[in-house]
Amino acid sequence: MKIVVDYARCTGLGICESLAPGVFEVDDSGDLIMLTETISADDLEGVRQAIEGCPTEALRLEP
Amino acid sequence: MSSGRHLVVVGASLAGLRAVEAARRSGFDGRITLIGAEPHLPYDRPPLSKTFLDGEDLPPFRGEEVLREELGVELALGAAATALDIGARTVRAGEREFGYDALVVATGAGARALPRTGGLRGVHTLRTRDDALAVRRALDAGARTVVVGAGFIGSEVASAARKRGLDVTIVEALPTPLVRAVGETMGGACAALHARGGTELRCGVGVSAVEGDGRVERVRLSDGTVLAADLVVAGIGAVPATGWLAGSGLTLDDGVVCDETLFTGAPGVYAAGDVARWHNPLFGRHMRLEHWTSAAEQGAVAARNALDPADAKPYSTVPYFWSDWYGARIQFVGVPVTDEVRVVDGDLAGERFVALYRAGDRLVGALTLNGQPQVMKYRGLIMRGASWAEGLEFADRRRAAAKESV
Repeated sequence: MKIVVDYARCTGLGICESLAPGVFEVDDSGDLIMLTETISADDLEGVRQAIEGCPTEALRLEP
Repeated sequence: MSSGRHLVVVGASLAGLRAVEAARRSGFDGRITLIGAEPHLPYDRPPLSKTFLDGEDLPPFRGEEVLREELGVELALGAAATALDIGARTVRAGEREFGYDALVVATGAGARALPRTGGLRGVHTLRTRDDALAVRRALDAGARTVVVGAGFIGSEVASAARKRGLDVTIVEALPTPLVRAVGETMGGACAALHARGGTELRCGVGVSAVEGDGRVERVRLSDGTVLAADLVVAGIGAVPATGWLAGSGLTLDDGVVCDETLFTGAPGVYAAGDVARWHNPLFGRHMRLEHWTSAAEQGAVAARNALDPADAKPYSTVPYFWSDWYGARIQFVGVPVTDEVRVVDGDLAGERFVALYRAGDRLVGALTLNGQPQVMKYRGLIMRGASWAEGLEFADRRRAAAKESV
């Protein structure tokens, strides 16, 4: 499973970081960075919540 | 999930949309009906007082085809629900009656209107797409703008007007704005942004009359001031849309009262979004939130619980909201009920700050101005029930790391 970020839509609100802090982080310039390429089973639920919780619908999961 | 059951969702905004999507994602293959008062397909609301006012487009969340065909949702738009019968398990909307097996009440909240302004053109609230379009057109025409209420909606409208270089005045009845949202100290700090943005903010003064001949011309204040205006926008709060539930048997008290699973107490009936007053286990008390994130999450939880009550899951959250003013972003996590607020980074007069909220020995909130890299880290701490000391230690580490990287 791979996370795809639509950076044109992302405004760096950071909801994803609070739901899956092992995967997403808003860096010091306010941009979203991915901390990992591969999602562990432990992170999957948080990532799903992050996708549902993103106010700009900038995240999706690809097989 | 047995087919043949009927899920009815009342309210076609964010919470309602997320309810129907979650129902399908959880494998529900029965009928779904989505009832909405507005004629529009579900659309997003935060942009209405932000980028939409600047002229950006606002497409619906999902196309009609996606809703009807992919999600198999029957749309009943353009007529508000008027009655719920929890015994017969029916909802009435317009001329129609819908029987349900499971029901999600997600009717949201309606903007509070300024009294005694009925019929006067140029006077608006900002809650719906139609409202926002009317405000945008007035701004396009260069309206002299008076905003009533220095809350988030009003402040965003003022910011949008200033972006176009228009004159705008905010009138706020309380001595300090945003006290309920972020507390008194921080309400004052946020309000200071208006002066820097070129907006005149008048606090502690009421509106005694909005006058004009068919269309608004001036706003008369309680201190005798008269402000010329072509556009008046009231941002004076919202009221949960529960009028249609009077006499239904649901418990109504500033919203539909629910337990921690969003269950209303009536068989099969759950509530979500701005209309729901539910028990948030994380803070051990009832809350009603008018925030994007909780509406989205509650919609999904309410639908799953309504369809599978035996396995109903509680919903807990650290409240979160954001607002964009004059190119700056305000973000708040947690609750503003507090014994102490401490600025741990930046300063209140600057471009950037972080303030933490303490209740007893617990960290309960964080407010940031342009603090996107930090705010959600505090949300994580609050979610884990972090102590005040842990919050301060974390802030110290952040400051130390920032110094090193310079």
